[in-house]
Amino acid sequence: MTTETATQIGIDRSLGDFSYPESHKFDAGYGLTPATIDYIAGVKGEADWIREFRHQALKIFNSKPMPTHWASKDLESIVFDNIRYYLANGQRATRSWEDVPDDVKRTFERLGIPEQERKFLAGVEAQFDSEAVYSNIKKAVGDQGVIFCGPTEGLRDHPEIFRKWFGKVIPIGDNKFSALNSAVFSGGSFIYVPPGVKVKHPLQAYFRINAENFGQFERTLIIADEGSEVMYMEGCTAPKFETATLHSAVVELVALKGAKIQYITVQNWSANVFNLVTKRAIAHEEAEVKWIDCNIGSRLTMKYPGVVLKGRKARGEVISIALANDGQHQDTGAKMKHEADETTSNIVSKSISIGKGRATYRGRVEVPKHLKGCKNNTECDALLINSTSRTDTYPAITVIGTGNACQHEASVSQVSAEQIFYMQQRGLTEAQAMSLSVNGFVNDLVRQFPMEYSVELKRLIDLEMEGSVG
Amino acid sequence: MSTAVLDFEEMQQPPAEESGALTAAGPLNGQPDRSPQWLRETRAAAWDTFSALPMPTRKDEHWRFASLKTLDLSLFKQPLPLDEAARNGLRARSRGLENVAGRMVFGNDQLLSRDVFSEQLRQKGVIWLPLEDAAIAHPDLFRKHFMREEAILGGKKFAALHQSQAKAGAFLYIPRGVEIDLPLETFHWLSGSHGSCFPHTLIVADEMARATVIDRFASADSHSAGLACGVNDLWLGAGAQLTYVCVQDWSRKTLAFQMNSTVVGRDATAKALTLNLGGSHIRSESVSHLRSPGGRSEMLAVSLADGSQEFDQRAFQIHEAPHTSSDLLYKNSLDDHSRSIFSGLIRVDPGAHQTDAYQKVRNLLLSDDAEANSAPGLEIEADDVRCTHGATSGQIEAEELFYLQSRGINRTDAQRLIVFGFVQEVIDRLGHGAITSNLSEFVQAKFKDSPRLP
Repeated sequence: MTTETATQIGIDRSLGDFSYPESHKFDAGYGLTPATIDYIAGVKGEADWIREFRHQALKIFNSKPMPTHWASKDLESIVFDNIRYYLANGQRATRSWEDVPDDVKRTFERLGIPEQERKFLAGVEAQFDSEAVYSNIKKAVGDQGVIFCGPTEGLRDHPEIFRKWFGKVIPIGDNKFSALNSAVFSGGSFIYVPPGVKVKHPLQAYFRINAENFGQFERTLIIADEGSEVMYMEGCTAPKFETATLHSAVVELVALKGAKIQYITVQNWSANVFNLVTKRAIAHEEAEVKWIDCNIGSRLTMKYPGVVLKGRKARGEVISIALANDGQHQDTGAKMKHEADETTSNIVSKSISIGKGRATYRGRVEVPKHLKGCKNNTECDALLINSTSRTDTYPAITVIGTGNACQHEASVSQVSAEQIFYMQQRGLTEAQAMSLSVNGFVNDLVRQFPMEYSVELKRLIDLEMEGSVG
Repeated sequence: MSTAVLDFEEMQQPPAEESGALTAAGPLNGQPDRSPQWLRETRAAAWDTFSALPMPTRKDEHWRFASLKTLDLSLFKQPLPLDEAARNGLRARSRGLENVAGRMVFGNDQLLSRDVFSEQLRQKGVIWLPLEDAAIAHPDLFRKHFMREEAILGGKKFAALHQSQAKAGAFLYIPRGVEIDLPLETFHWLSGSHGSCFPHTLIVADEMARATVIDRFASADSHSAGLACGVNDLWLGAGAQLTYVCVQDWSRKTLAFQMNSTVVGRDATAKALTLNLGGSHIRSESVSHLRSPGGRSEMLAVSLADGSQEFDQRAFQIHEAPHTSSDLLYKNSLDDHSRSIFSGLIRVDPGAHQTDAYQKVRNLLLSDDAEANSAPGLEIEADDVRCTHGATSGQIEAEELFYLQSRGINRTDAQRLIVFGFVQEVIDRLGHGAITSNLSEFVQAKFKDSPRLP
């Protein structure tokens, strides 16, 4: 297609550009030293073991090199000394909407949170900067015995539940950025679902960056006890900043025997954010974990949700949609580690590269020795819109022994000229036709999102393609 | 061209003497070095590069999954001398295809024989010479093509080692429009304990030329340890058609490196197939450069691993020009504790539109201890392309076995039949009757020699 059309279907970032004056009562200043850690631990009033955990993580973070021997060299442009590692709006998590400051409400309004709230909210853990400012756990959820809070409260009030798994699914030293998060984490969601409880409404949290040069390091731990079911949704949008900013989360999921967890993300950071996230789940016997991951924003996203299939008949799934436009690199993928018999995993990834955007799929599937009846299926499809677009696929599959089956398939294609021609002769413009075609490409995955989210997702994709109409 | 180069002259053999460790000078075996000055200089420079480069490490993406402990080069000596009886023995064992245009035999990097059976070669100006003779007689042609493409898949150090030592192998130049109907065959034998050899194959197919070349690697005795470090350079001019086959049957204690480079010109078609049977640890790197529009490269491999064999295969399909196609199919059958590694990449350069690239690796696991690693990759920087890859790992289906057993075939034979069928698909892609049936014989022989049947 022509460059003219390329600019036509480019993203209009200004639609998300809004910002309100900053007022931070708590601020750890710039840079990362042991003093920063002590400051954070002090402000949060954390137990000594957490402070120790943070200090140890800082040491590991400093000792680990950047993974640029396989990852993008763009990582080198992160200046860790120019980042503020902690600031809070001077408030503890609040339960009532009335308590939320007006300027924060205005920001959320642009994001559509109030509507979501009215419609279906089970509970909201909306993060504004690094501390949860709005936390509303619907009464019904609380009555079921579900714990839904931030990491500070979780580790303080329910250590018997959360400490056992905290940092166990993703150890501090898993990678450089998990170590960074472990050192300075603040905000996020800690959720515990008691045995047999099926949480009817999805639990939601909206995250937001609203301070220049400020990185978010939220920490999420979800434990679904035996036979329980929970769906968690995480959506991010961010206003545009002048300089690059860093977002590095750690998300740990534990699905005990027969439990089901669905974790849904719609990531739409502004195009200067480094989004380096570690997400992993442990699925015990007959448990099911499904990651649904949609990456639209950010400058560089590196995110490979994984499932460790620890118990017999456990099932892991990753559904991934990535959209990379000019100046963006969506480096996403999935990891499946089979550790028990009859475990199954499924990975479906679709990416769209527009303009000079680059989409990368990285995958890792492991079926070690002496397992029987394990199955993995991986499908990666990439769509290239412009001649300057780029896509890469780097899967790695290890299988030992007989009795297991793994298959991987990937394809790269462009929107077919015939399709565009057909739609154009039916009266659509080239840009409209292109937009329709792109929506069709991801439609079967979008449909897997819950109703509310698929609407939001379609809206976000429409936003990306908005300039193309007319 | 002169006919003199086609006359066979057996080289004077030096007296047997003790060979030392690998050195910068390379193997001389007591002979004066016949190489021209420029070649000696490139060898010396290559030795310096080899010495300066570090051994691969865990961190190196090109060596992901590979066992690095088994790569100790210090165990090996330079090519060992051969006595008259050994030379005669190897010559006698060098039987390949019934009908060939020519046959060259090397043992421990020494030329043992060179026979030209086809008058075609002489008449049509084909140059087919031992590597060193070609460097002396055709320095310009040689220098233009000898190891001009860098080893970009991690084997730089080993390619440098090869370049510092390479003296054996066949050089083939096919002039414009010349078609050689019968295959040209070259044997490389590795003999003695802890010796080494450095086979090189350099083929330059000029415009519209056509040829089929087969290399056979084997050890004189199946229990000796050895090192083989080979390189092949295939160059295809516009419209050329080249089929290259390599049968690798080193001893079970051989450490082998093989770096292959194919440069495909306009509307040319390259087809390469490797049959991997022997070796303890085999590392092979194959790069196809689709350099001009209309070029096509087919990359095929069959590896039959058992015992504790490790076959580490890396492939790179580089589409540098528009309207090019590549098609890779590697199949591995893995028994006992064997391991396979396949790491492949299809790269489409900016502007290389209308690329049609395919890559497929299939692993058949026959034992509970066999391990298959697959990492097929894509890097695409043009939009009007069709690129697909696939990787599968599985085992023989119980239903298939049951079906065959119900027809009166015992379990062992049934398994064998299924494995043959599995790999035969690749071999058939050669479309060359005599070579196809010859390769099938090798596949069957491997199972016969196997202590435990699949």
